[in-house]
Amino acid sequence: MSLELPVLKERRAERKNAPPPTEDVREKVFEIEAQGDWIVHRVPDDHVEVFTKYGRVKKIPRQNLWHHKSCGQCGHIPGYSTAIFWLMRKLGLAYEDPTDQTSCTAWNYYASATSNAAAQAGVAMRNFGAAYEAGNYPLIHCGTSYGHYKEVREELIHDPELRKQVKGIMEKLGKPFVMPEEIVHYSEWVYAMRRELANLKVLDFSDITATVHPACHYHKLVVEDAIYDRDIYDGQRTAVVTAVVEALGANIGEYSTWYDCCGFGFRHILVERDFTRSFAIERKIEVMKKEANPDVVLTHDTGCVTTLDQSQFAGRAHDRDVGIPVLSDAQFAALAMGAHPYKVCQLHWHNTDNKPLLEKMGIDHESKWAEFEEELRMIEAGEKEFLTWEDADG
Amino acid sequence: MTLAPNTYTDIPYEEKAKLIEEVMADHRYGEHLYGCYECGICVAACPSARFYDFSPRKIAQAAARQDVELMYEQMNDDVWNCSQCFSCTRCPRGNNPGGIITVLREVAVRNGLASARDALEGYGRVVYKIMSTGTQVSPDMLQPNAFPDWGPHVKAISDNVETWRKALPPETLHTTSTAWNVDEKTIIELYLIWQATGVMDMIGEVDEGLHMILEDVMEDVLDEAGYET
Repeated sequence: MSLELPVLKERRAERKNAPPPTEDVREKVFEIEAQGDWIVHRVPDDHVEVFTKYGRVKKIPRQNLWHHKSCGQCGHIPGYSTAIFWLMRKLGLAYEDPTDQTSCTAWNYYASATSNAAAQAGVAMRNFGAAYEAGNYPLIHCGTSYGHYKEVREELIHDPELRKQVKGIMEKLGKPFVMPEEIVHYSEWVYAMRRELANLKVLDFSDITATVHPACHYHKLVVEDAIYDRDIYDGQRTAVVTAVVEALGANIGEYSTWYDCCGFGFRHILVERDFTRSFAIERKIEVMKKEANPDVVLTHDTGCVTTLDQSQFAGRAHDRDVGIPVLSDAQFAALAMGAHPYKVCQLHWHNTDNKPLLEKMGIDHESKWAEFEEELRMIEAGEKEFLTWEDADG
Repeated sequence: MTLAPNTYTDIPYEEKAKLIEEVMADHRYGEHLYGCYECGICVAACPSARFYDFSPRKIAQAAARQDVELMYEQMNDDVWNCSQCFSCTRCPRGNNPGGIITVLREVAVRNGLASARDALEGYGRVVYKIMSTGTQVSPDMLQPNAFPDWGPHVKAISDNVETWRKALPPETLHTTSTAWNVDEKTIIELYLIWQATGVMDMIGEVDEGLHMILEDVMEDVLDEAGYET
């Protein structure tokens, strides 16, 4: 089955052998390695090949991944990160959850500009160097980190002075100067692995309809590097998230403002949330409700989950047409595969009521919450220090 | 001729021109600007244009005209409205008004413009968090008085944060003041990056108090690790 836009087939353009309109930045990455300026961290042999916007092949590593976590996910919606790890554990794939990783610091940069190109590149290359030292391939959890690191890659390639400056800083830190062959977002991994994940699903989602919000910093920054697929929207929109919904047997709800931002705004979500709330409700949630009436909104970035979920509370006070739970694609896939909604997906950190969704999915949220509460009681009583992965799957 | 109204007339033209030259000298600037069809696609795609008196088309046009007066006005009055989502990159000419704004903001901060100080007022704790800990968002930032519009669930998180964090399977997430456990050596490396790239000077231009606190925190850590500060 393929998801198609309502376009006339006879007007559908075929790519044929037309060259992509942009340079292949990866060729430059290897040229710079040949000059001796940096090391290229190669994608391991165990990878899946997918297509990007202009038909180029992108390699998505399957395992031995160094998880470049997201501060917004880990800090405020930790079930997002936990679900990504859980998917890898469920497939029996090796990964590393490092402590020698910092945030990309791009949220702050896009919000306050209290940084500069050299500092931003320094942070990126320190993290890439740490992954290389560990012998695992970086997998970027946050859409903004992913988009920003791709911009940093462009800057380092096209500005030899910047490259020299940042290389000097890495030498002082004792870190190798390393550029990954591909910069990979976790939702690309979920897309590449979607059939393997779907093989392990235990719940029937055929009655579930999801609207998809594609994250701006995934598909609007360095656009040619995002994944597209002729079988999804005729290749006219990014295929990540949507292809996963399709593989899991759920339905896609169409809505007209799919290209719009969520309203996050970087500085606005922190200090001018009246804008963020208004945009998220008026241009996203209400439009989705009116045009698709979905059971859930799915997206693939930190800020988008936060904005679309948290903004709905104030909308209720103004009698706006809100009330759609918001999850990541990873959480959605994990639930389909039988993950615990609270021990793994940590849905109690989310805001908009998700109980009707869980009921429709066939998940008994009352008994699941009781199980989780028992874990909390044991932690508080000192009977266990932490919830473990074994507990989460128990 | 400028399209700017008579604003910032107390600032000499030469001073404005110096800042705009700084913007144009940025190595990214040339890749953000290719001309303008006046089609308005960037405005249609822009979230901020729907709620503020803000136009990415005006940003691209002022830059294309090298209109110093108008660019200076935008650097003060417009740039902080941008959402930095880069929806404006839908431009058929390949312009990136959001990218131009990134550069305009950076120059505004580097030169300590009063408008930049105002825009960043109240933002200091976020800058402190990211620069001092290496993660921008932490669980203990979810306080009801900081997010009243997110409803009572913020209080539920705040009241239970210690236990709820222990109820996370990944060991790295058993933290409350940082998003995950960042090791000390990594923090030191981050501080060395900030110091080597002039970021601390930028902070000093817009928030002297924050600059002083950050310098103290970093000095202590770096001194203890044997680095000269």
